[in-house]
Amino acid sequence: MSGGLELQCRLPLADFALEADLSLPGRGVTALFGPSGSGKTTLLRCVAGLARAAGRVEINGECWQDDARRIFLPTHQRPLGYVFQEASLFAHLSVKANLEFGLKRIAPAERKVGWETALDLLGIGHLLARGTGALSGGERQRVAIARALLTSPRLLLMDEPLAALDARRKQEILPYLERLHDELAIPVLYVSHSPDEVARLADHLVLLEQGRVLASGPIAELQARLDLPLALDEEAAVVVEAQVLAHDEAYALTRLGLAVGSIQVTRKALAVGARARIKIQARDVSIALSSDNPSSIVNRLPARIRGFGEAMHPAQCLVSLDAGGTLLLARITRLSRDQLGLREGMEVVAQIKSVALLG
Amino acid sequence: MHLSADDWSAIRLTLELAGIVTVLLLIIGTPIAWWLARSRSPLRGVVGAVVSLPIVLPPTVLGFYLLVLMGPEGAVGRLTDALGLGRLPFTFPGLVVASILYSLPFVVQPVQNAFMAMGERPLEVAATLRASPLRTFFCVALPLARPGFITAAILGFAHTVGEFGVVLMIGGNIPDKTRVISMQIYNHVEALEYGQAHGLAAILLVFSFLVLLALYTVGGARNTLGAGR
Repeated sequence: MSGGLELQCRLPLADFALEADLSLPGRGVTALFGPSGSGKTTLLRCVAGLARAAGRVEINGECWQDDARRIFLPTHQRPLGYVFQEASLFAHLSVKANLEFGLKRIAPAERKVGWETALDLLGIGHLLARGTGALSGGERQRVAIARALLTSPRLLLMDEPLAALDARRKQEILPYLERLHDELAIPVLYVSHSPDEVARLADHLVLLEQGRVLASGPIAELQARLDLPLALDEEAAVVVEAQVLAHDEAYALTRLGLAVGSIQVTRKALAVGARARIKIQARDVSIALSSDNPSSIVNRLPARIRGFGEAMHPAQCLVSLDAGGTLLLARITRLSRDQLGLREGMEVVAQIKSVALLG
Repeated sequence: MHLSADDWSAIRLTLELAGIVTVLLLIIGTPIAWWLARSRSPLRGVVGAVVSLPIVLPPTVLGFYLLVLMGPEGAVGRLTDALGLGRLPFTFPGLVVASILYSLPFVVQPVQNAFMAMGERPLEVAATLRASPLRTFFCVALPLARPGFITAAILGFAHTVGEFGVVLMIGGNIPDKTRVISMQIYNHVEALEYGQAHGLAAILLVFSFLVLLALYTVGGARNTLGAGR
């Protein structure tokens, strides 16, 4: 059996049928993304065994369900962690007892996530003695995440863990989720309909619509595709993994290295060598035929045109660009496209007006 | 207020009966309530209706059928005969059995409501934290349904203390065996001992008020007496 997550789930629902056939990486964060009611949560519940779909669920070589072999592990026998949309802490137990509820059923030899690690990661050490009623929404969700982690799961399932929180609480929790992503080697299936959360957390993306998989692949690749609904969004953007190369104190800039070449952003408080995730919006990328003409735009990357797509507004079009392995989207007017005579395969210069650092 | 030795005996017997019945009801009623709260079986409606019958049925009707059933010609009577247990009517065990049936809905409904109010979520969470269904029931469902159990115990106890019609049919009026407070009041009134009747009646009145007061202050009454959550 190979590694990775093999999910084949078929389940008739009220309006449509969930029909997912997915091979996902066995590490990192995979976001299940799609509009409300597209079957994201149902798919997650099928993986957990909380819903009974027909098919097969195999997690890094471990079989949890295989109808062909009549295997179906009940939820409590699957080594998973599940974080629900609402924290769902046990109201009759203290924070400490909630955390211990799952932990005490794990044999000491199987405990890979330590007590201190979980408390530190989620910053909840000071809450232990409290009752669950005395916690804020953000604190409740952090306790729920720690409670799931303490079972040392081999797969962490998160069902819109931030959806029930207001914007401030979301910002409070996101850094903790990023730390999970960076510090624990547990694969995560993360359900979300927020492009922002997905951009910050996901490595791999699954697009769902009406119970069907529209696309599945590395996030940077899917975001740069012109045939998916992602590109039509006003906020269409690509996420790029970069590395901090150097700081330019004189101009207060930070240089970030890409696959090929580099870009400069306003000075960030990051150590040289640190990894950074940046977001480049399609509307902030313009195209020039050469880098000869002077411009106030600092970041200009040589790129090749991969193709054109339609944008929401008829005046505009989308251009997919390959800047030395870094895929970018540019949204320009059709007029400029024709005036510059842009064609597929043409070598141009991508001018990036602004870059957002995520996290 | 002066209570006779017979009155005290009736009080002791009543408390004993209500205590035993309440404990047995919690044991019997909990699985029924769990099933009614969670089953999707088509039998759910029928079982729910049967369990709730004593709420609307005149106690004498229930008592009458139990008398027939537990008598020498009845199915239960034949069974207890065959098992060498003798017959249940006009005995304390007979009274216990009848009281359990009579008070069943008052225990099942609050517990069922509590199980339904907690919803599926805590049970699912427990499963994702590796708890088996049995462990989930004892470590999550029962503690979360605690207010329902308190209401159920209070109502079951109080309702048993207050019964008359069923006792009249099944228990008769045997001192120290089946003569409970309500029977004793009836005896006093029949004998025109209004003073004695007053003493016991006042005790029951105050007791009933205190029970309802407890239910409404604890707050569990909302579960039982209508509004839900």
